[in-house]
Amino acid sequence: MGNTSSMLTQYDIEEVQEHCNNTFSQQEIVSLYQRFCQLDRNSGGFISADEFLSVPEFAVNPLSQRLFRMVDGLNFKEFVAFLSAFSSRATLQHKVEFIFKVYDSDGNGKVAFSDLLDVLRDLTGQFISEQQRELVLTHVLEEAGYKKDSLLVPSDFMKILGNTELKMEVEVPVD
Amino acid sequence: MSKLTSSSSELDLDRPNIEDYLPTDSIQEPHAKLRLRDLLDISPTLTEAAGAIVDDSFTRCFKSNPPEPWNWNVYLFPLWCLGVVVRYGILFPGRVLILTFGWIIFLSCYIPVHLLLKGHDKLRKRLERALVELICSFFVASWTGVVKYHGPRPCARPKQVFVANHTSMIDFIVLEQMTAFAVIMQKHPGWVGLLQSTILESVGCIWFNRSEAKDREIVARKLREHVEGADNNPLLIFPEGTCVNNHYTVMFKKGAFELGSTVCPIAIKYNKIFVDAFWNSRKQSFTTHLLQLMTSWAVVCDVWYLEPQNMKPGETPIEFAERVRGIISVRAGLKMVPWDGYLKYSRPSPKHRESKQQCFAESVLRRLEEK
Repeated sequence: MGNTSSMLTQYDIEEVQEHCNNTFSQQEIVSLYQRFCQLDRNSGGFISADEFLSVPEFAVNPLSQRLFRMVDGLNFKEFVAFLSAFSSRATLQHKVEFIFKVYDSDGNGKVAFSDLLDVLRDLTGQFISEQQRELVLTHVLEEAGYKKDSLLVPSDFMKILGNTELKMEVEVPVD
Repeated sequence: MSKLTSSSSELDLDRPNIEDYLPTDSIQEPHAKLRLRDLLDISPTLTEAAGAIVDDSFTRCFKSNPPEPWNWNVYLFPLWCLGVVVRYGILFPGRVLILTFGWIIFLSCYIPVHLLLKGHDKLRKRLERALVELICSFFVASWTGVVKYHGPRPCARPKQVFVANHTSMIDFIVLEQMTAFAVIMQKHPGWVGLLQSTILESVGCIWFNRSEAKDREIVARKLREHVEGADNNPLLIFPEGTCVNNHYTVMFKKGAFELGSTVCPIAIKYNKIFVDAFWNSRKQSFTTHLLQLMTSWAVVCDVWYLEPQNMKPGETPIEFAERVRGIISVRAGLKMVPWDGYLKYSRPSPKHRESKQQCFAESVLRRLEEK
């Protein structure tokens, strides 16, 4: 129960649930809607940059800019689909594909050395020099059997991350 | 969109470690050789970001929870309607009358005292103090305030300041009706500002302006001067710097704790049974907030005057502030969150992000060395 759930009909909830492949329960979708409305302060139907960055926990995250580019201008249905990778019901493949999409900022289906370097720069900031970053990346790439100019595709990511324990789950608080 | 400024002056390097409060999944396992999958696996950072999107402790502090409706029944609904009629039709006009009456008495005593007793400062101050306490009592009566005060009443002594948690501007009125405090407040526009510049000046209030960076030093100096003055009214400070929803406390600003004086904590807890006293300044103006209080049954709250605290040897002002915040939060049953209330108005300082980056960078370099 809650006041804003009256704005979402059962049809809406089912449509959203189908769009995210049933990774969220109906109650979770209602909670996410309340959260979406809470963040979308000017009721524009989508969450703007300012509104996202007004959440300090999000703003201090090193990858906030990248994630923001992925979630910018999404309506509620797409917002839920975006977050579905973090559901406990999401498959490992789904999660790995999400990570791939974070790296593949131009969306061409391939992750190049520059993309890897960009993300590493976001994560390490000014505390490693650019040259050191390139060295580190080249070193681990070669060790894994890739070359500096290799282009990684989702199946490569699946191979590299597939057997790690990927802890990528967020609990949606349900009132 | 308005440009928000980074509040670098507010977040000092020796503040309590914020990483203790945030999820620490991004800390890598310390001793294993660096592999490609370790660099590719950004899932901890992503999970933190997604967690913040889904729910974060900062937004929770300022969420006003609407009261649960109870009138969803055939016989409860007419009862509720009757209640509305009584509240708006009988109580509200009655309260407006009481308040008007109070203002008339107050102004007819205050203006003569203020103008005629210009020469006799001590007497004038005493009378003005009593009158301010009077008008505050009228205000509290106009919301049918049921305020229970626990603990010894504050006394006016030099070298002491009072700090309290902040839920709404009515905190000041609730406390002022018992003791005439001098308060430090944000200057507001409108009729509130008028009241501030006339009546509250007489009690010795200090003004600050959130948006001015240099303001901090000026205010700090004024605070120190006030505390050292022997016959100034006791100083009341709300170190959170902003109104919080009375379920949480945000970080206390250290300004009140580095004056070298005794700090007397006051805890205020509102009972939401009839009305939520949290003033959500983003959602309503102060006038609307007051009207909402005046059309509800009662404002119920508890005020605890707690044991005065001194800075322990070797304690920094920030640690002292956090310790007092803990005392107040425990007494009032509030949860502590590690955020600076001013983040409502500005972005977090880049220092947080940089410390995460530094942590990760160091672990990468260290693991690179491992063979």
